[in-house]
Amino acid sequence: MALKIVKGSIDRMFDKNLQDLVRGIRNHKEDEAKYISTCIDEIKQELKQDNIAVKANAVCKLTYLQMLGYDVSWAAFNIVEVMSSSKFTYKRIGYLAASQCFHEGTDVIMLTTNQIRKDLSSPNQYDTGVALTGLSCFVTPDLARDLANDIMTLMSHTKPYIRKKAVLIMYKVFLKYPESLRPAFPRLKEKLEDPDPGVQSAAVNVICELARRNPKNYLSLAPLFFKLMTSSTNNWVLIKIIKLFGALTPLEPRLGKKLIEPLTNLIHSTSAMSLLYECVNTVIAVLISLSSGMPNHSASIQLCVQKLRILIEDSDQNLKYLGLLAMSKILKTHPKSVQSHKDLILQCLDDKDESIRLRALDLLYGMVSKKNLMEIVKKLMLHVDKAEGTTYRDELLTKIIDICSQSNYQYITNFEWYISILVELTRLEGTRHGHLIASQMLDVAIRVKAIRAFAVAQMAMLLDNAHLLTGNMQRNGICEVLYAAAWICGEFSEHLEDPNQTLEAMLRPKVATLPGHIQAVYVQNAAKLFATVLRKHEGATDSQAAQETSQLLVERLPLFVQSANLEVQERASCILQLVKYIQKLQQKDVEVAEEVSALFAGELNPVAPKAQKKVPVPEGLDLDAWINEPPSESESEDEKPKAVFAKEETKHSRPRHTEVDEKELARRREARKQEQANNPFYIKSSPSSQKVYQDAPGVEHIPVVQIDLSVPLKVPGMPMSDQYLKLEEERRQKEKAEKKKKEKKKKREKHGKGKKHDSGPESEEDITPAHHVDIVTEEMPENALPSDDDDKDPNDPHKALDIDLDKPLADTEKLPVRTHRSEPLKSPGEDGDVESVPQEPKKRSSKEKKEKKKDKDKDRKVCQLDFSVRRITDSNKNGCYLETKWVVYTHLWAVYDIQGNLQDGSQVVVSVIFENKSDSFLKSMEFNVLDSLNSKLQRPEGAGPHDGLVVPFQLPPGVSNEARFIFSVQSIVMPQKLKGTLTFIVKSEDSSTHEKLDFKLHFTCTSYLITTPCYSDAYAKLLESGDLKSSSLRLEGVNMPFHHLLARICFHHHFSVVERIDSCASMYSRSIQGHHVCLLVKTADQTVSIDAKCDEPSLLGNVLDEIKQTFSQC
Amino acid sequence: MIKAILIFNNHGKPRLSKFYEHYSEDTEQQIIRETFHLVSKRDENVCNFLEGGMLIDGSDNKLIYRHYATLYFVFCVDSSESELGILDLIQVFVETLDKCFENVCELDLIFHVDKVHNILAEMVMGGMVLETNMNEIITQVDAQNKMEKSEAGIAGAPARAVSAVKNMNLPEMPKNINIGDISIKVPNLPSFK
Repeated sequence: MALKIVKGSIDRMFDKNLQDLVRGIRNHKEDEAKYISTCIDEIKQELKQDNIAVKANAVCKLTYLQMLGYDVSWAAFNIVEVMSSSKFTYKRIGYLAASQCFHEGTDVIMLTTNQIRKDLSSPNQYDTGVALTGLSCFVTPDLARDLANDIMTLMSHTKPYIRKKAVLIMYKVFLKYPESLRPAFPRLKEKLEDPDPGVQSAAVNVICELARRNPKNYLSLAPLFFKLMTSSTNNWVLIKIIKLFGALTPLEPRLGKKLIEPLTNLIHSTSAMSLLYECVNTVIAVLISLSSGMPNHSASIQLCVQKLRILIEDSDQNLKYLGLLAMSKILKTHPKSVQSHKDLILQCLDDKDESIRLRALDLLYGMVSKKNLMEIVKKLMLHVDKAEGTTYRDELLTKIIDICSQSNYQYITNFEWYISILVELTRLEGTRHGHLIASQMLDVAIRVKAIRAFAVAQMAMLLDNAHLLTGNMQRNGICEVLYAAAWICGEFSEHLEDPNQTLEAMLRPKVATLPGHIQAVYVQNAAKLFATVLRKHEGATDSQAAQETSQLLVERLPLFVQSANLEVQERASCILQLVKYIQKLQQKDVEVAEEVSALFAGELNPVAPKAQKKVPVPEGLDLDAWINEPPSESESEDEKPKAVFAKEETKHSRPRHTEVDEKELARRREARKQEQANNPFYIKSSPSSQKVYQDAPGVEHIPVVQIDLSVPLKVPGMPMSDQYLKLEEERRQKEKAEKKKKEKKKKREKHGKGKKHDSGPESEEDITPAHHVDIVTEEMPENALPSDDDDKDPNDPHKALDIDLDKPLADTEKLPVRTHRSEPLKSPGEDGDVESVPQEPKKRSSKEKKEKKKDKDKDRKVCQLDFSVRRITDSNKNGCYLETKWVVYTHLWAVYDIQGNLQDGSQVVVSVIFENKSDSFLKSMEFNVLDSLNSKLQRPEGAGPHDGLVVPFQLPPGVSNEARFIFSVQSIVMPQKLKGTLTFIVKSEDSSTHEKLDFKLHFTCTSYLITTPCYSDAYAKLLESGDLKSSSLRLEGVNMPFHHLLARICFHHHFSVVERIDSCASMYSRSIQGHHVCLLVKTADQTVSIDAKCDEPSLLGNVLDEIKQTFSQC
Repeated sequence: MIKAILIFNNHGKPRLSKFYEHYSEDTEQQIIRETFHLVSKRDENVCNFLEGGMLIDGSDNKLIYRHYATLYFVFCVDSSESELGILDLIQVFVETLDKCFENVCELDLIFHVDKVHNILAEMVMGGMVLETNMNEIITQVDAQNKMEKSEAGIAGAPARAVSAVKNMNLPEMPKNINIGDISIKVPNLPSFK
């Protein structure tokens, strides 16, 4: 044996360790993949060995390979094995590997519950720490539910190192198991005032994270945080709290008012830039929340803007960036105070750092007004020309369009200018935003009726010069604008100067190289243009020209008929036939223009993008209801075997379907028509739809303004849009001058008054738009539902955490606690009833009547708590998967857990967590158990058999701590109950009372079992050996998925899964005295049958009884 | 919340990757590649914040990074973290590595990625900042290493000897490739605890 160990460790020396692997990979640069695959083969061999050190080494290497992108999920089970090693070194390796590659879909996770619980309660703080760190990365809803209570206990651990980790991981637990939030919250809140700064910081961290998503539930904590903010010196904590206040103030403006002063003080006093920056941010949030109420905080705004200016002017790019970021927040509510720094922001557009340029662009978005829009856009256009790299240029392009189109084109005074800007933008090479420009062109042309004539002229020009745009043929490239151009020219062709020429431009052979969807629009709109041309010529009785146009189409369209694109082909051949027919009619001198234009009559109205979604569901219509009875699955299964015998019959029945006679068909058709007529939701092809369009309000009433076309469309040597800028300036000058004249006139009439208007900058209202423009609003369905929540993501995990935390805990709310161990500790007096409360209040009432009156409120609180706890234990009896029992006392809660001791087959460890729930100090606790023949409490040497054990700690109010007691057990085949008492002294300010609590400890047989992994070959050997006695168990009506069932057995009864095939699994566990317990679990239709084998029949019988108990409770 | 922590070198080779949300191995590699691509093309004297890339797509996440000699340290965080705070955290991380490895260089990270993970685990847990005090971090890391050594005990001796022999004839293990400017002073950021 010894030789084997030595040999093993020598072999081990020549295994590759992580460093060798890394070195090897570096030495095989050419054939890295091949080298790694041989390494993985070696690792697979190593994982097959029994030596845990070899396995850990292999898992360590796998973790490295995972980082390089290799899937190592196949080794998940081995990782669990390494995690469960008793040595910290290997445990750490295992947990690290698990944290890197486990996730919710990893099925072996369900095997880890007990292991993690064991590690969490390990006496070694680093075992616990490593388990918590690992768990934080792979916690699943099941793990969160099963371990929530254990972690909550750790939040009151004696070591701050554990406390801070436990506090932090609670956030992950809440996310996965939201029900735990309310029961755990009071303790989390306590931790805000933990003496250890690390724990405090962790608690702040968690609550801030929670509050950020659902701030309204945390408003009640504001005073506590306020206190922390004014007292803490830890910048990390301060930053978090200040950020939290930023999220809270929008909900509670009064809080904001209170905050301004301390925050201003911090801004002035702190030397840490990070803190200063967050303070400024929160002051901004406060100001935003106050802006509606009282605008009397100009000093604070000034302070913020001034500090931000300092940041922006700093040479440190990081500060510059953040300054701009914060500036954009002020902008939303106080644009005026930011606009005065326009110079600074425009300067940032020239920065070499792209991030900063983008931020500056964002700011510009909010800074525009009617007055400066043209100027700012001009600057941006200059940057577009200068910009290197398409990404930044594209960003500029989208920003220009965003800036101009924001809030329904609010700031545009001259749409001709905007159209020319759009046209200029089409000259950009290599942009990906052709589609965006195109949709803007369409939007403006459709919605701004006054601009149509101008737009059409520009679009015609674009079509004519299409060759300039076709360089970029990829999707979304600039050629997309041709889509818009063709459509606008076709749809509004009545505005075209020379439709013939445009038609010709649209039918050039080069068009065939454009993407299919654009060609399709070309073809369709060529037809529209054709209609217009016909109309024009017929009006002028110029049949010759009309026929020439038809001829042009007949010649050019065949090119499109041959197109590979179906849409183009279909439209082209349709229109080609139409034109040919018209040509025939023309030759007979028949007037056709009227009929042809009728094809395209009617106006298209813009519809809001969300219109469809907003159509209200009519009353009585249930969209989720089945129209027909859903086919049941079992039915179809039943039918299958029948079909074998019924084949011939079906053959007969088939033709019957087709034989439905004509009369029947006609009758059905009639019925359907009737139904459709009565059904308001059936969309009919109504001939009146055109009429509806024409009747639509607003279309006729919109005044179409004559546009002064004396403006030259192209100025040589100067981009068009600049021309508008000039014109606009001149116009404004003129208007100003006129106003001045008027004012002068007034002045002459009224002396001394009205001087203030003289030279001040023109205000927003002074600027009148160049044209009166009506922007058609997008259509919405009647009685559309107003809703703001369009953008909320229903899958957001934080939604589940929107929980009211101020409500007192309800009786049913509690963390699942382990049950199977034992009955609740019972007080002797009220056998069967739950806890031993009554004794104590009696004593109290006699001794401390006066005090009690004083503390009435406090007492009530205690009683309430106690009451809820009693109910918890009540519900225990009815089932639920509560785990450990609470011993409750007015002063004291206790939870206990029994674990076998691996090293010694005759020992079990009972860990009891005491928690002081009173306002008094608990001390001199003594724990005593009445020994039975079989089980004895291990007492220190020299102590008598009836002496109690002193619990080695005292409990200040609100603190909990864990004590361990070791029992020696002789026979483990039977469950046992031990009676015991706990005595302690309750010390309040002016009195101390001696209290006693009786309880029972329940040693079940499963508490003697220890989760032990077993390999399938060893398992098979074990079963073959024939030494085992068998027994079996049937459970009816178990309604849960199989893996849950297995997880439950693993979890509650310390088994591990050896092998699982479909709905059948073999499981294994070992008692502390080495008895093997094997289970074969099968399930079918809510019935679970368990065949079990064990070398000790009575142990097996008891374990099975306990399993039965577990499942009868659910 | 911190969404991911990545360390890679000037050529984009990953030296450590820690994702606090689950991605498949392929996606992880893609994210590393993309992040490297984004970060590496930036000049030295531009800001350390970056928007864009897969990790960030559509959310309020941003990348905060620092470049030390041959290594990039990249943190992807959401809006609940303070940008300047995270920059300091990176500095604390690097200084801690420097203390633990005694003049840390890229080779330390290459050969002892497990140790780097262990150090990181004392600073950030499940995406949340656990500890920012360097001394406290080092104390905990040392205590755990000590425990590991005592566990290895005599049994570990031969393995250590072999590994020492292995390392002896290694021309590529020089300790002197130092990250010279490891202690870059954060301008305008007074030390931050």
